[in-house]
Amino acid sequence: MRQALRAEWAKMRSSYWLLVALVCVTLAVSAVTIGTARWSLGGDPARLSLAGVYLGQAVAALAGVLAIGGEYGTGMISVTLAAIPRRGRLLAAKTLVLAGPVLAASALVAGACLLAGGLILPGHGFTAGHGFDLASPAMWRAACCAALYLTLVAVLGLGVTTAVRDPAAATGAVLGLLYLFPLVALFAGHSLQRRLEQIGPMSAGIDSLATQPGLPLSPWPGLGVVALWAAGALIVAAYVLRTRDA
Amino acid sequence: MGCFVIRAEWVKFRTVRGWVIAVVVAAAVVAGFGIAGGDQGTCYGNSCAQLTGPSGVAVSDSFYFVHQTIGDGVLTARVRSLTSAVPLPHAGMQRAVVPWAKAGIIVKASLTAGSPYAAIMVTGSHGVRMQDDFTGDVAGPAVSPTPAWLRLVRTGATITGYASADGVRWTRVAAVTVPGLSGRVQAGLFVTSPQYTQTSMGVASISGEPSQSTAVFSQVALSARGTRTGPWAGTSVGGPSVGGYSRDGGDFTITGSGDIAPVTYGPSGIGATLAQTLGGVFVALVILAIVAAMFVTAEYRRGLIRVTLAASPRRGRVLAAKAFVTGAVAFAAGLAGTAVAVLAGQRVLRDHGVYLPPVTAVTQARVIVGTAAVIAVCAVLAVAIGTLARRGAAAVAAVIALIVAPYVLTVPIPVLPLAAADWLMRLTPAAAFAVEQTVTQYPQVDEVYAPAYGYFPLPPWAGFAVLCAWALAALAIGYVAFTRRDA
Repeated sequence: MRQALRAEWAKMRSSYWLLVALVCVTLAVSAVTIGTARWSLGGDPARLSLAGVYLGQAVAALAGVLAIGGEYGTGMISVTLAAIPRRGRLLAAKTLVLAGPVLAASALVAGACLLAGGLILPGHGFTAGHGFDLASPAMWRAACCAALYLTLVAVLGLGVTTAVRDPAAATGAVLGLLYLFPLVALFAGHSLQRRLEQIGPMSAGIDSLATQPGLPLSPWPGLGVVALWAAGALIVAAYVLRTRDA
Repeated sequence: MGCFVIRAEWVKFRTVRGWVIAVVVAAAVVAGFGIAGGDQGTCYGNSCAQLTGPSGVAVSDSFYFVHQTIGDGVLTARVRSLTSAVPLPHAGMQRAVVPWAKAGIIVKASLTAGSPYAAIMVTGSHGVRMQDDFTGDVAGPAVSPTPAWLRLVRTGATITGYASADGVRWTRVAAVTVPGLSGRVQAGLFVTSPQYTQTSMGVASISGEPSQSTAVFSQVALSARGTRTGPWAGTSVGGPSVGGYSRDGGDFTITGSGDIAPVTYGPSGIGATLAQTLGGVFVALVILAIVAAMFVTAEYRRGLIRVTLAASPRRGRVLAAKAFVTGAVAFAAGLAGTAVAVLAGQRVLRDHGVYLPPVTAVTQARVIVGTAAVIAVCAVLAVAIGTLARRGAAAVAAVIALIVAPYVLTVPIPVLPLAAADWLMRLTPAAAFAVEQTVTQYPQVDEVYAPAYGYFPLPPWAGFAVLCAWALAALAIGYVAFTRRDA
């Protein structure tokens, strides 16, 4: 296992730019929302500070796709499987070397977003006098959820790509899964909308960033839904990887 | 020669079974979403039919009217004060400025709501205005709104409005011709006060009830030619009888509520727009972006690109042929889907009791063809980015991040403030969804004109032009990279 991890780590190192992009994109979008937020316009300070996750998740998903998609694109996968014939072990190694750095980068950027929100939002009326506490445990829980959510999205991308074996189709499938659920929910009518928002990985994950009640899911169940999606994708991926030719 | 390249690319496209199936699925998804309907409403038969004004647009027309019947004549009044109150959730009626509260004098064909009119008025915070037949709106001189002197002169179908700060020096605001005003008309004083809208984070919170305004008029003078002036009567025109009037010598105190304006379809509006039938377009966009990107990147993956370039060495032609074939296929699939979705979908929505504002056949055709064109240009954009990146994943991610993500962030999940969302819908390729716009923004009606309610910051074809500019730029860069690079 150690050898598998080391081999995968060597391959993964070359795509550090995706992690840089993840941090930059997330921070940029968050900066815009924090800068334009006003207390009088309403909003949840945690969700405002972490709004960059909406776009950052696309980069996280892409990191997951490219973690194995590139190998299918070039035929490298045959070499990899020759070197590490135990396919379950290969998938586990890939998951670990993907999840570790993504978690670190996401935690970094979530902390930075929260810090930026904590420094700037009080100047826009999000003060204790108006009932906001920007250093409350709930805010930190939201940051943890953001980091875990981005990591789970990357793992989801890895799982879907392994199952689909084509990077372009996998990108479409993962980003479609994330962004199309809320759109489809919008057009599905009111009765189905809430249900779809509870099932969809993006809306469930975004619900976990809240510090105010009133959403379809509360934070930890929201993150649980995303974890189920990621786990489901990994299980399918493991099954497909074991039973099918590369 | 060009024909030969196009034919070669077309053969490549249609012989990959997966792509053909994907294109058919994309068309079916667009059509299927439209037919599935989704929403349920409560408008059956004519129960939600909107009042229409003289020009056929849906209007609201309710106000308190103190009036008498005249032929030709001149009506002058001084508006001493205009005060408004809005219903707040836990505090009852609270005094506030309602920007489009209106008090003034009006000449109207009859007491029936929706009938032609011309009026001059002071407003809560938009100064003196002269308005006619619901959509006409002219700003008056910059006199302090209250107290202000107002005057309407009626000669047949021509109504001329004047305003003055002192009742001595008058400024002509406008002369309008209102075809429906012939013979005897109702002339008098009116007060109305529209619904109170408050914006927060792109989502509007709106109080259920309209605001109320009270105005005090004095020095009311009517000189009617050929008819004797009679007594004043008070009528609540159009809708529930909110308001009333009292008279103290020459002073009239009038309270009214409602609006004399075209209907808008924001959070206070009812029903849905045609865009409601086109939910499947986003799914189709993702599917076609994948196919379009793979149409290019698969050649690199298999080394087929070397054969292609050996057969037709002029690379610009190859790229153009690929873009043309992809665009044409996507347009055909899109058109099949959107035609079914819009035409059948609106019938399904109406059968489900959802109110759809009336839309002309030309606008429907624009929505159908425009949306298909958006799908086609997005596919071309995917081809261009695929050529540039030579990696399918990057091309698909770029197309989704550029066109679907901005729409998601502004429409179903309004996370961005309204101003930022507006800019996103101006600058990103998502601006192209403006081709689905079927409702009109009126500067004289306060509403939340947000993409979430079908209002886009750009006019339909301008929004589409933004997408085309993106696609052309990507094609140009892709062409340079394609000709300079080794295959």
